[in-house]
Amino acid sequence: MNDNDTIILDHGAGGKVSHAMFSELILPLFDNGLLAKQDDGAVFEVPAGRMAFSTDSYTVDPIFFPGGNIGELAVNGTVNDVAMCGATPLYLSVGLIIEEGMKVFDLKRILQSMAGAAKKAGVRIVTGDTKVVPRGKVDKIFINTSGIGLLPVGVNVSGNGARPGDKVIVSGTIADHGVTILSEREGLKFDSDVKSDSAPLNHMVKAVLDSGCPVHVLRDPTRGGLGTTLNEIAVQSTVGIRLFEDRLPVRGPVRGICELLGFDPLYLANEGKLIAIVPGADADKVLDIIRRDEFGKNAVVVGEVTDQDPGRVVLETLIGGTRIVDMLTGEQLPRIC
Amino acid sequence: MSLTYSQEFKDPEISKALVARIREKSTRPLRLMEVCGTHTMAIFRYGIRSVLPDTITLLSGPGCPVCVTTQKDIDAYIMLARRSDVILTTFGDLMKVPGSGASLAAEKANGADVRMVYSIFDALAIAKENPNKEVVFCAVGFETTTPTIAGAVLMAEAQELDNFSIYSANKRTPPALAALMETDGVEGDGFILPGHVSVITGLDAFAPTFEKYRIPSVVTGFEPVDILKAVLKLVEQNESNAPRLVNAYPRAVADTGNPKARAIMNQVFERADASWRGIGNIPDSGMVLKKSFHKFNAAEKFDMSVPDTPEPAGCDCGRILMGLKRPDQCRLYKKACTPMHPVGPCMVSSEGACAAFYKYSR
Repeated sequence: MNDNDTIILDHGAGGKVSHAMFSELILPLFDNGLLAKQDDGAVFEVPAGRMAFSTDSYTVDPIFFPGGNIGELAVNGTVNDVAMCGATPLYLSVGLIIEEGMKVFDLKRILQSMAGAAKKAGVRIVTGDTKVVPRGKVDKIFINTSGIGLLPVGVNVSGNGARPGDKVIVSGTIADHGVTILSEREGLKFDSDVKSDSAPLNHMVKAVLDSGCPVHVLRDPTRGGLGTTLNEIAVQSTVGIRLFEDRLPVRGPVRGICELLGFDPLYLANEGKLIAIVPGADADKVLDIIRRDEFGKNAVVVGEVTDQDPGRVVLETLIGGTRIVDMLTGEQLPRIC
Repeated sequence: MSLTYSQEFKDPEISKALVARIREKSTRPLRLMEVCGTHTMAIFRYGIRSVLPDTITLLSGPGCPVCVTTQKDIDAYIMLARRSDVILTTFGDLMKVPGSGASLAAEKANGADVRMVYSIFDALAIAKENPNKEVVFCAVGFETTTPTIAGAVLMAEAQELDNFSIYSANKRTPPALAALMETDGVEGDGFILPGHVSVITGLDAFAPTFEKYRIPSVVTGFEPVDILKAVLKLVEQNESNAPRLVNAYPRAVADTGNPKARAIMNQVFERADASWRGIGNIPDSGMVLKKSFHKFNAAEKFDMSVPDTPEPAGCDCGRILMGLKRPDQCRLYKKACTPMHPVGPCMVSSEGACAAFYKYSR
């Protein structure tokens, strides 16, 4: 297939054109024996024990943005969801729904990113599906990925595990992805170097779990941001969470764009950050391990778990005041003035 | 040390020193009102109420442009959105405000071409790209926003764009302040005056109202140090019975404001009576397109007759906007009216008193 070719409905029809796309474009990139067998599903051995299984669909607009594209987002997102269960992600499925008219060049870039992200995370894309739909039926391309992973013996992480006295660690700066997408949308061209933080977090999770430190909660604060995810944890665990505004890691340009548009970084999406809630006594050690990972250099303790106001997240503000951090209701909308 | 203006006005030590001085000086109960939605947000966001002494009550006035937009104007926007020949362009805040039936967000979901823009100049660009469509901009806002809308109208005229128009619900701040001071039951001991609006109007625009009512008034910015400084000045003026009109935001506000912006605004718009949601008619408080710009007036262009609709029963937005009630004293608050299902606009806009109250306090 040539880069200048256009994806047409035939590419999703299951005939010769579909097969050619699979064997010339997809298989060489996702290169692995399980996929190459071209059966209806992938068959593989697993040891006895527990598995984690997760799925997510990606519809981001624009599909290309600073710091990544929809392809690597789709791989990293599911890798991270599986990792947040405490599992080691192994295999992914990929469903592509493509709008007719997409250039092969663009599709190739997306698939290359997916292959690169899978390699970096150490997972294999072993089964998948491609559909092409008429113009206007989807917005350029939608991607679904599902992933499964193995849970090490003894690992139990869940949103209901937070206990008073625990510390809340965030693995780096918040709101980078959310601000990047907002900035890229039509009419919002900021002269800044903000970029998406899309990254696989499974190696970081593995390092933390391998250390033997007890980890009560692992979550990746994607849509809804840190504020919404911490609210979910506070409710699930029936605890209060106290955050310290002066410790929240936000890049300068991200903060600036948020202030300009009236957005709160606490509610903007992250695609390469995790929240780890660990006993206070282990916090320094876990922080150290996270900081050694290439995606965890800016990790900090941002707050603590308390027995006050169960189900609530409270922020101690810069000036020593307090306020509630509620769950995000819907989309944040830019303000008039 | 160079001033970047990004962190100094958030400085915890300066803030704490200001709080200490407020606590030291404040002896009697004071009701202070902010009349700018961005102040409302900032006060909640930095937890300013939680550090002030019990003597000080902060009230949120009619400072959110979306909140004071009448249901009739929202209905007009919805009527425009429903026209198949119209692309309706709007700032994000308006999307979820309920009219008497739907909201722009619901109309969009039902297939109307409603586009959120970050600047009115985006709406101009859309008009240029879509010569076969009528592009209408929902013009809402105070003096902060009106000059850029005027600028866009002038640009549309220069470019002979005949498929662009605005539906104006623009409003002026000083008449609203005067109306507030005249309302029975509104007892303010001081006003935190809007910073952004004052950049355009200047401090001088508030002088006549101040001279008439002699209520302590301070223009200030939006960082915690700005707001605490304003509170301290208002406390000092009250304690010494020496009301003044003070500019505590000199890094942005000049006494004379921005004459050029005002000139552009006054070239395109003229003053008119305007209805404020929940408050009613305030003489001279609206900004409408001058006759010479009538071809950019969507209300004339589309020959619209929008029926008057009563505001939702039980909604206390008006009394809340005047500081007569706190949001949690409205009987719909957190029951029929939540950010997920807002009844009144104070619950919709991020700068609305009810939305801020719901989000940041319980």
